[in-house]
Amino acid sequence: MKLLTHNMLTSHVKGVTKGYPLLIKATEVKVNEVEFNPQFVSRMIPKLEWSALVQAAEELGHRQDLPGELVADYETNEEFLKKVHRILLEVEVLEGCLQCPESGREFPISRGIPNMLLNEDEA
Amino acid sequence: MASSCRRPEHTAPPDVVSLSSRMIEIQTQMSERAVELLNLPEGQPCFLLDVGCGSGLSGDYLSEEGHYWVGVDISNAMLDVALDREVEGDLLLGDMGQGMPFRSGTFDGCISISALQWLCNADKKSHSPPKRLFTFFSTLYSSLTRGARAVFQLYPENSEQLELITSQAMKAGFSGGMVVDYPNSSKAKKFFLCLFAGVTGVLPKGLGSETSDRAVPNQVQYSGQRCRFKNMKGKSVKKGRDWIIEKKERRRRQGR
Repeated sequence: MKLLTHNMLTSHVKGVTKGYPLLIKATEVKVNEVEFNPQFVSRMIPKLEWSALVQAAEELGHRQDLPGELVADYETNEEFLKKVHRILLEVEVLEGCLQCPESGREFPISRGIPNMLLNEDEA
Repeated sequence: MASSCRRPEHTAPPDVVSLSSRMIEIQTQMSERAVELLNLPEGQPCFLLDVGCGSGLSGDYLSEEGHYWVGVDISNAMLDVALDREVEGDLLLGDMGQGMPFRSGTFDGCISISALQWLCNADKKSHSPPKRLFTFFSTLYSSLTRGARAVFQLYPENSEQLELITSQAMKAGFSGGMVVDYPNSSKAKKFFLCLFAGVTGVLPKGLGSETSDRAVPNQVQYSGQRCRFKNMKGKSVKKGRDWIIEKKERRRRQGR
């Protein structure tokens, strides 16, 4: 699971009002090399919950020098876009779980795939 | 004149469906058509959702086109195949009838190849197909950006099933409808449910819906049947002259 996906994921359990952001408890993290596409990164930035991204990066110990707030004029700031690219698309959680901040319910991650299947009473 | 195309569900049992090369070809073509119907802005890498992504065949096509994607599937086995195939998209194990677990406005578009009809079967006593369809469509709707489309290739069992699917999609806020390619050929006929989120759009025309004979410039005139077989059998080399001519023809017939 990459952090771009994580930034969009919420708990969809019935009755939960604030199932976002899911806390990451990772036991295995991998860093891949992914081709840098500044246009895509630039387009995704407005969709991101920036504080959730920073929090996730910290939870994985991969925050490095990612700023706590979005920089102005990021579209033309290649250095900044590269940092965002790295954290969104290159850092991957392979094993661990995602925890709902409201209910504590855990969604396991195995081989990089989060299991979002709900039980009968949760759907 | 018999074409050697067969309906996919008659060639192989469901669990080996995506592994035969013929099936791979058909799935890729359907993915290509679905992406065409998505009408994404030219030359822009988008963030897409692939519902019922299975072993990642459609996802591979999305990656080929330069898009980034998230795939959801209910089958661990199929997702394992996708992992072994090293697909580029992120995968989620999930049940579409339980809702799409994403923040609003996440995706620029959604495709789904041969998955939607599964929602119409009540696998468990507690399942209500209309409720699951509605849960799926309403959460999908909110996960899409304004103006985004969701395109579903499906094999509808009957008109009641089509009715149920379309009505639940409309209830969830979508507009749009069915696009039928090659409606006069029982073998080549394909259904695409084309939904618009937040805007009313003009429904694209189905392929082969005007004439059964398709004139292809600079080539010998084939009968309509054989022409379709030629198209199904193999694509022209991408970006080659024939491909460009065919694509322009297609777009012209679609009124674009």
